Amino acid sequence: MQNLTALRNDFPILSRKIYGKPLVYLDSAASSQKPKQVIDAISKYYATNHANIHRGIHTLGEEATAAYEDAKKVTAVFLNSRSWKEIIFTKNTTEAFNFLAYSLCQSFNKGDEVIVSRAEHHSNFVPWQQCAQKYELVFKIVNITAYGTIDLRHLQSLLTKRTKVVSITHISNVFGTVNDISTIAKIVHKNKTENGCTLLCVDGAQSVPHMPVDVQALDCDFLAFSGHKMLGPTGIGVLYGKKELLERMEPLFFGGGMVGTVTEQKTTWGDLPLKFEAGTPHIAGAVGLAAAIKYLQNIGMKRVWNHDNELAEYALKKLKEQKDVTIYCPEYQKGNRCCVVSFTIKNIHAHDVSSILDQEGIAVRAGHHCAQPLHDSIGVPATVRLSAYVYTTKEEIDTFIFALDKVRKVFQ
Amino acid sequence: MNDDMFMENILDHYKNPHNKGKVIQFDILNREKNPACGDEIEVTAKINEKKDVVEIKFDGHGCAISQASISMLTDELHGKNVYEIMKINKKDVLELLGINIAPMRIKCAMLGLRVFQRGILKHEGKEHYAISLSDTD
Repeated sequence: MQNLTALRNDFPILSRKIYGKPLVYLDSAASSQKPKQVIDAISKYYATNHANIHRGIHTLGEEATAAYEDAKKVTAVFLNSRSWKEIIFTKNTTEAFNFLAYSLCQSFNKGDEVIVSRAEHHSNFVPWQQCAQKYELVFKIVNITAYGTIDLRHLQSLLTKRTKVVSITHISNVFGTVNDISTIAKIVHKNKTENGCTLLCVDGAQSVPHMPVDVQALDCDFLAFSGHKMLGPTGIGVLYGKKELLERMEPLFFGGGMVGTVTEQKTTWGDLPLKFEAGTPHIAGAVGLAAAIKYLQNIGMKRVWNHDNELAEYALKKLKEQKDVTIYCPEYQKGNRCCVVSFTIKNIHAHDVSSILDQEGIAVRAGHHCAQPLHDSIGVPATVRLSAYVYTTKEEIDTFIFALDKVRKVFQ
Repeated sequence: MNDDMFMENILDHYKNPHNKGKVIQFDILNREKNPACGDEIEVTAKINEKKDVVEIKFDGHGCAISQASISMLTDELHGKNVYEIMKINKKDVLELLGINIAPMRIKCAMLGLRVFQRGILKHEGKEHYAISLSDTD
């Protein structure tokens, strides 16, 4: 990417030293770092515009409300959603999926089916598994191919007229492989149920930060993602849903801000999207998210994705040269791989690799990356995961590769 | 305390663990997994009528810290009374290891001891969940 040095200067944390060595942050799939534009936007909001929203008829109340609604509009444009009323702010992806799973599953009949994939992050696995048990639904798991993507034939074979929802990830947080959502949407929507067609929910936690995502082109019914993985603050996430579906859904949380009329006997709900946002929301988080989106738009999502692909190709090439390294899902379609690479080094535990890399200033993740069913299926309890983002350089990947020798030296 | 987590004594125990295997005629057996990293340790032990440990072995797999720690502990716990063993804490284990452990790795160092302590509680018919498997800093 051009002007990478200038871009890196926007991220104050990147000048930090760890154990006296420059920080090499390769854990962006867990959480990204923040540019000063985002940090400043949050600080400025609290310093100049803060009040509660949708309530006070005073200047600050109006400014805060406008800032919050602007954040929805910015998000809607970013996703090419038809209306900002289709954007619900949540705490994170996990909260969005809990809401979806509870809200949808409680409306299903006993014996109806939900499908997730084996490659799901726990956030898009456990809520469906638990709601399926609670509402006596059939919980089905679709297989993953050797290329780390959904097995479309298997998906087709699992669909029945009782399948109400399919919920899958756009990009695997372990493999970095990309599912073809628009094709999956066609398959899923072609499947008729007693009252319409099967719904498709998509986990965009790894895709929205890294690639252009157009919800109308993908034709997913719901999409969830987190602000903190895309340069924004923690504590703010997004649930996109098609308006006609959201209108039919019941809120899960009740209280202030989400109501129409409240009497002693009954309550009506407010309009979309307020009916799903009870209580004072994370206004500063929304402001920070909007600043993050603007930052990404300024770079251009195509360039962000190209940078990701280049780094993925480079990291995979370098890692493949290491004889004692096993890469999980090394194959990829050129130009279609997020820079997330999970691997193990022969005879050295992932946590030990990570601890030694830390001493070299390098941050990677070790463990099951919140995807235990997937790790069970590949037969390793823990892997090391390298993940990059807009600020990552090839030189940092070289530093990481070089540091693997230090890991080996400790254990030889 | 040494700042190098991968000091020679740790790596020696990791590569050549002491007391690895299974006590055939065991009184205490406990096998548990640290859900955060998948490390798994089984401890088997034989105790006498005074409840002193007369034989102790471990098995399992995991990182250098968890495996070296339980290897060193089995040497240490041999001959000790189970009531004494129940009192062993984080400070004791870190002193035994002789290294400063990064906060995120404390649970690795403590896993083996906690598995054994929970095994003792199970053997005595007590509530073993009273002891947490994942120690934090």
